[in-house]
Amino acid sequence: MSQAYGIAVAAPHTTTTNSPTRIMTLVMLALAPATLYGFWLYGWPAFFLWAITIGAAMLGEAFCLRLLNRRAVPVLMDGSAILTGWLLAVSLPPWAPWWIGVFGGMFATTLGKQAFGGLGQNLYNPAMVARVALLISFPVQMTAWVAPLPMFSAGAPGLVDGLLIILKGVPHAYDAVTSATTLGFAKTELSRGVNLLESLQHAPALSFIGSRPGSLGETAAWLILAGGVAMMFMRIITWHIPLAMLAGIAIPAAILHAVDPSRYLEMGAHVLSGGAMLGAFFIATDYVTSPNSPRGQLIFGFGCGVFTYIIRTWAGYPEGVAFAVLLMNSMTPIIDTYFKPRIYGRDRKGNPLQTTN
Amino acid sequence: MGFLDRFLKAPSWGVHPEDHKRPAADVPLRMFPSPERVFMPLSQHVGGAARPIVLVGQKVLKGQLIAEAQGNISAPIHAPVSGTISAVGEVTAPHPSGLPFKAITIESDGQDRWIETDPLADPFSAAPEEVARRSALAGVVGLGGATFPSAVKFALGKRLKVGTLIVNGGECEPYLSSDDRIMRDFPEQVVDGARIVMHAIGASEALVGIEDNKPEAIAAMRQAAAPYPEVKIRPVPARYPMGSDKQLIQTLTGKEVPSDARAAEVGVLVHNVSTCAAVHKAIRLGHPLVERIVTLNGGAIATPGNVYAPLGTMISDLLAFVGLKEAPSRLILGGPMMGTPLLHDRIPIVKGASGILAFDAAEAFVPEAGPCIRCGNCTKACPMGLLPLEMAARIRVGDLEGAEAYALQDCISCGCCAYVCPSHIPLVQYFSHAKGELTNAERTKLRTDATKRLAEAKAARIERENREKAEAAARRKAEREAAKAAATPAATPVAEQTQGASA
Repeated sequence: MSQAYGIAVAAPHTTTTNSPTRIMTLVMLALAPATLYGFWLYGWPAFFLWAITIGAAMLGEAFCLRLLNRRAVPVLMDGSAILTGWLLAVSLPPWAPWWIGVFGGMFATTLGKQAFGGLGQNLYNPAMVARVALLISFPVQMTAWVAPLPMFSAGAPGLVDGLLIILKGVPHAYDAVTSATTLGFAKTELSRGVNLLESLQHAPALSFIGSRPGSLGETAAWLILAGGVAMMFMRIITWHIPLAMLAGIAIPAAILHAVDPSRYLEMGAHVLSGGAMLGAFFIATDYVTSPNSPRGQLIFGFGCGVFTYIIRTWAGYPEGVAFAVLLMNSMTPIIDTYFKPRIYGRDRKGNPLQTTN
Repeated sequence: MGFLDRFLKAPSWGVHPEDHKRPAADVPLRMFPSPERVFMPLSQHVGGAARPIVLVGQKVLKGQLIAEAQGNISAPIHAPVSGTISAVGEVTAPHPSGLPFKAITIESDGQDRWIETDPLADPFSAAPEEVARRSALAGVVGLGGATFPSAVKFALGKRLKVGTLIVNGGECEPYLSSDDRIMRDFPEQVVDGARIVMHAIGASEALVGIEDNKPEAIAAMRQAAAPYPEVKIRPVPARYPMGSDKQLIQTLTGKEVPSDARAAEVGVLVHNVSTCAAVHKAIRLGHPLVERIVTLNGGAIATPGNVYAPLGTMISDLLAFVGLKEAPSRLILGGPMMGTPLLHDRIPIVKGASGILAFDAAEAFVPEAGPCIRCGNCTKACPMGLLPLEMAARIRVGDLEGAEAYALQDCISCGCCAYVCPSHIPLVQYFSHAKGELTNAERTKLRTDATKRLAEAKAARIERENREKAEAAARRKAEREAAKAAATPAATPVAEQTQGASA
């Protein structure tokens, strides 16, 4: 009973059931509660913008794959384009016009990702590349925030009205809804010479349940945090980058606020505002664009946090997570080169350990 | 080491594959009925192949020497059955290439008559060198899979004054349970063997590391080791590759083997539990290594379990013994993480064969490889602290030196990285390929250097010879002229006078 068993394949002869699709799906599940809560807060327009952005991201990816004469469906199934579109969508003003979503989604997957060679090859986080491109190109639409107007509440736009808001622009009936984010308001007032102690008395409340103006991923800071912790338990991300990034924001914020509360926002406002939470747990932790050693990740995360704080406090933009993440993305190859894990039997420099016996 | 350091540096290497050890591990050991014919390869160990000393047609007894060790690192081969030598020919090697190698074929007479043995009644009063010598003569090699001649390791341990013997009962490979079985069924042999090895290397203690997924083995070994306080049973967490020397040493002693040193240089020596049992038999009974426990496991096998079989038994005979539910989709020698894929089953089992796995279609399924998403799971899993993703990225574009700069040569090919890779990239394949290419390049370089040296030596020799010839010619010419000059004065004094006048 002699039988041939085909070609020889290299060990190991068993493998994990994990896959990129599973990882992307779990990340999306972790992001879902915050997103759903955002839909409820900002109504149907937010949902449509989210769907349009994801669709555009997938379309951009499919277009590039067709140019490469590759079949698009199997690649789209890995979920990475959907996740990119999703992350971009939750960083946009919830009532932004449809073309913001289309432009951003297409930009993210074509120029942000496929131009580098597709999944795993891009140097910069595609969603943040797109967000920055949008912010620089369309500053008015990208800073037009709305106050929460919960779905099904009195005065909230219905399904059809919601679609019209996204497609045709915000009608005058909703003018009262437009508002500023905490960070934006503080920056504007400071630039007018009003100090924070005065201006914050009229500021949009920094509600801890997220009922305030902002992007989908901004207002639901606690749900983002919960999603991030869930990802840690599922071993999709480690604590290094999120903790370091939040520390990078919180430490300078705490010190400077203690020094001069009239000039510097308090720590809580910084950590719970803007893209801090979303950035720390979902953006900066992107595998492709972050370092792969624990020490490198601590440095990377802390850098993201500090740059965010610097941009928010002293630069022209009220929010700086996207810029900070892109800056640190460009540092990733350098960090990876200089902060490798220690090899068994070698010291940190890679020299063999001294024999102790 | 502060709290933060412990938090940051706690060992996090390795993987937890589904172990698939049971029910095979719990099935009582079965004895394989004497095979009709055995094929004893001459290379069953690291080092030089053994040299046959028998002739076709010669009658041999079980345990009789049929091929002797050749060179410093080698091991002899003994007849696993009694019978007649029918051929000294070739058989397919247990290697993915499926290339043939030399083997001695013995037709069994079915009687299993042992050769007269020469046991050592009290090994502890014998010289350590005597124990090593007898182990070498019995053909004992490392049975964990490395098949390094044990006596060579004994001598090394003795020379480097090793204090601790580590007995490796980790058996971290999924599916395999031959070491588990030997510890459950023959714990006294293992403990006695370990004590003999301690004596041979001069160690003062033995730490027996057993993964905590083998509670029966731990209990049996504890009982067997109870009278000997120097033999300590140490359960270790079940985590692949715990049975790797370096990882087991680190877990049990906290010592790390420097990358350019051997374990003995940090005062420890590792021997497998089955090797210890083989040493026990070689010394106490005078039995050379001719049989072993082989795990037969996998979805295609009807009655998975462990079989005690003579070496040289064909894998096809073993598979027939345990029965096949279906034609195996893949046949593996060893475990699923590091085992060798076999091209067919007409291959004999060898000293290092701890198991034969016959996988069904579902187990043999290989998902298609995708792009690296830099998730870093491979770096977290790597027990050596390497960066598999960086090495693979460089090897893919042919930058082998780049991969080498990431300490490719420290890779132990355990397969953790490829196992955890969500994109199913065959990382070990990349590394084996690169290591092979680098070895070839090194060899080519050595050969080129040698050729260059020889060419230069030849050029120098020719030059020297030419010079010597020229010198010799000049000398001869001078001599000739001198002789001429000496002869001339008598014949032509006139000339001398003229010369003298002119001078």
